[in-house]
Formats: sequence, C-alpha cells, structure tokens
Amino acid sequence: MLDAYPDNRLGRFLLWLLAALVLTFLVLPTLVVIPLSFSGSNLLEFPPRSLSLRWYENFFGSGAWMAALRTSILLGVLTPMVAVPLGFLCCVGMNRLSGKASRAIYGYVLMPSILPGILLAIGLFFVLAKMKLIGTVAGVLIGHAVLAIPVVVIVLAPAVNRFDWAQVMAARSLGAGWFRGLAGIMVPQLRFSFLAAALMAFLTSLDEAVISIFVSGGANSTLPKLMFLSLRDQIDPTIAAISTLWTGFIIAIVLIVNTCQKS
Amino acid sequence: MNTPRSAQLMRDARYERIFFLSMSLPAMVLVGIGALIPAAWIIQQSFQTLGGDFTLENYAKLLSSSLTWRALFVTIELSAATLGICIVLGIPLAFALASTPPRIANRLMMLILLPLWTSILVRTYGWLVLLRSDGLVNKTLIGSGIVSEPLPLIYNFTGTLIGMVHYMLPLFVLPTYAAMRDIDANAVRAAASMGASLWHSFWTVILPLSMGGIVSGGTIVFIYTLGFFITPAILGGGKVAPIAIRMERTLSTFQNWGAASALGVLLLVLVAIVAATLFGAMRLLRRHRVGG
Repeated sequence: MLDAYPDNRLGRFLLWLLAALVLTFLVLPTLVVIPLSFSGSNLLEFPPRSLSLRWYENFFGSGAWMAALRTSILLGVLTPMVAVPLGFLCCVGMNRLSGKASRAIYGYVLMPSILPGILLAIGLFFVLAKMKLIGTVAGVLIGHAVLAIPVVVIVLAPAVNRFDWAQVMAARSLGAGWFRGLAGIMVPQLRFSFLAAALMAFLTSLDEAVISIFVSGGANSTLPKLMFLSLRDQIDPTIAAISTLWTGFIIAIVLIVNTCQKS
Repeated sequence: MNTPRSAQLMRDARYERIFFLSMSLPAMVLVGIGALIPAAWIIQQSFQTLGGDFTLENYAKLLSSSLTWRALFVTIELSAATLGICIVLGIPLAFALASTPPRIANRLMMLILLPLWTSILVRTYGWLVLLRSDGLVNKTLIGSGIVSEPLPLIYNFTGTLIGMVHYMLPLFVLPTYAAMRDIDANAVRAAASMGASLWHSFWTVILPLSMGGIVSGGTIVFIYTLGFFITPAILGGGKVAPIAIRMERTLSTFQNWGAASALGVLLLVLVAIVAATLFGAMRLLRRHRVGG
C-alpha cells in the first residue's frame, strides 16, 4: 500500500523504524536468556563473564525438573490426541446441523477461551477434587484438553465447512458408513488442517501454566508450574537454560511451519 | 399414498439430526466438565457460607472492602493501558508488514510467531532479566547518561504492563495484519492519485477498512488481560493486585472459597460486560459497512 507514495521517504522511514523497534521489543526477551544460560556465575550478569554448561547440568541432573519435563511432554502428546478427534467430530456435527443449533454449539465450545484462566483453574480444582483427580496427569489433561478444544475447532471448522461434502455423500450412496466416509475421504484431504490443529493443541498444553499451578502437584507438576514457583521465589539461572532449550525448540517449529507454508 | 414414505423420511431426518448432535456431544461434555461446571460452581460458592447455607455476605463484605475497589480499578487500568499500547504499537507494525511483499512479510511474521508460541514463563523470565535494576535496560540507560539511577522497572505496575503488552501484542497484530492484507491496494492508489497525503489516506482509507481486524484483536487483548494471572504474579512482585491475584491470595492465605468465588463472579461480570459491548460494536460496524 505504501507503493502509492513513492515520494514519501520520511513517512516510509519512520514507519519502518517503528516497526523494527516493535519487532525488537517482541523478540528481545526470548533471545536475551540464551547468553545467560551459558554463564558460569549464578549472578545474572550480562554479558556473562565466564562460560559454562552448569545450568544445563543442573536441569538435566535434577530429578524434579526431569519429572516436570516428562509430565509436560506427556500432556503435550495426550492433549491433541483427545482434543483433535473431539474437536473434529464437533465440527462435522456443526456443519451438518441447522444454522441456529450449529451457532449455539460453536459459542458453547468456544467458552473456555473466553473464561478467565484463573476462574477455570479454581473451579476445575474443585471439580477434580470431587473426582479425586487432583495432582494426577488425568486431571491436568482434562484442563488442557478443554483449553485446546476451542483452538482445534477454530482451526478445523473452516476446513470442514469448505470441504466438498458431495464426496462424502457419494461414498455414503455407494454403501460406506459415516465413519468410513469421514475417515477414508475427508480426513486424508484435510491432513494439513489436522496437523495445524494438533500443533496448536500441543503448544496450548505445553505453554499452559495457570491450570497446572492449581491442579497439578508433586511428581506430576508440569514444567511451567515448576518454573513459576522458582521464578516467584528466587531467580534461578537454571530457568535460563530451560528457556534457551524451549526457545530453540520453538524456533525449529516456526521454521518448519514456515517452510511447509511455502511448499 | 405418499404419507408413509414422507413420514419415513421425516423420521430419518430426525435420526440424522440426533446423530449429528451426538457427534458434537463428546466435545460438549468435555467442555461441560472442564469449563461450565467449574464456572457454575464458582457462582454457587459465592452465595454460600462455609457451612453451605445461602448467604449474600460474601458480596456484602466484598463490595464494602476498599481492597476490592482497588483491585477492580487496577484490573481495568491494566487492561486499558495494555490495549492502548497494543493499538499504538501494533497498528503501525501491521501496516508496515501489510505494505511489504508477502514473501518478506512471511519472513518477518516469524518474529511475531516466535514470542507468540514461546512459553509465557520464558518470556516473563526474559523481562525479569532485562528490567532488573542491574539489567540490560537500566545499564543501557545509565551508560548513555539518560538517567543517573536505575529506574524501578519490575515488581511494580510498569513491569506488569511491559510484560502484558509483550504477551498481547502478537494477538493484536495477527488479526489487524490479516485485515490490512485484505485491503485492495487500488483503494489506496486511488486516494493517492486524488491528492490525499499518506497520513490522510491512512486515517480515511486504511484505518476504516481494517477496523474489523482491529476490533477483534482489541477484544481479545482486553478480555484476556482482565483475567490474566502469571504476568502480574511475577512481574508485579506482590505490589500489583488485579482481581485474578486477589482471588489467588484470598484462597492461599485465608482459604476463603466464598470470598474468592465472589471475586470470580465479579471478574466474570466484567468480562461479560466488555464482551457484550465489543460484540455489539462489531455488529454495528458490520451493519454500518453494509449500509454505506
């Protein structure tokens, strides 16, 4: 749109200066922890005076951190396995129902994304206490799957609605059941939307902190919960090591997604 | 003659409806267990004494406490300030990205997705490191002679606001950018050809045409900030107490479920008011556009 103003050099310059500053603001906190994680001292000096890998050793050598890492990975894998099939079936149901019913269901399943996290966490604590699921992986999984369902539905609903349903109907008229029509014809064609939905559900679970803080516990505490507790009490440079690993992981995902989009 | 068959068809149609409804059911049940029942329970608790009898005392105490009003004020102040800064920083960024060729914009988009997908705790930790009194920001400011003493940038409202803006900005930029991408570049060229300055066509052409994205981004930012917990808990250092923090404190220090739940209902009402207002605004916007 700026191409309509080839002569306005100043406006263009100012706009890009501001954009560059804002982009720097966005990436700076995630990048600043990387050099710190290799620091040899337990002070947060910047730049670090001596280099070491002691914070990484601290992380990988600690039973509590490793247990939290395992819990978070487990939840990250289980959450899409629950939320994607449920979210997909919900999208199919909404697509086939009349506009009013479908809109009502849509609003209802998006509710977890609008409710304040703290409210969900405290309320869920009570529900899970009744079900004797406090401190279990299953309990946190319910919370994470509930948060992931709106994400999955937002990603999958447009794909399901755009889909050429005549193909499923054709399969049905040839004697295929609904399950075969959906799993055999629709799912393979929507595989990229499914991948995107699974990725978003995975990231939702991995990054979720508030529900974890309230309902996970002991050996089943998640990584964000342990990080939260140690950030609130003291600033442990081990977190810098974890943050660096995490950022590296996310950069890899962003790059992969970006290449996939291009091809 | 036709009747039995049409009755059969109608029965089939009804079965199909029930069948499709049942497809949506598992997700709805899960949302019920994990969101609807918890919210309903909070509402119920707010009207109960510790013994389980009906009472309005939780609300009477809540509304007569200056702490509540303070928390309510801080909550709205934080949300409004976060939204305001997101608008001021996010619109130019979205505009700059929307003006570049898609190939370059996609590259730059990674710089927005990176923080968006990075853990909130990693980002909060980064700000703790940057904003400490001996952190990079204060060192730079002192080194360049702008200030002589380190500024108090964390464990207060400023630090919380910086952390909140950093979390919310990508959520604001994405819909705004998408809306600006959809603007027909010819509209801007037409404005330019008729002598409108860049500044003028930004205000009269680009901004109105991207208002849908700005409003939906702004809604997300404002509503999320109202109930946000992690950033005020860490970067606020106990000195910033919006409703979310007060809820947690009421529970962990006083074990008072009734009072915490009443605060929760207050938060819920706040979210509902804001959501209703903004959705109303969006509908108005849409009608306005259709009308002329």
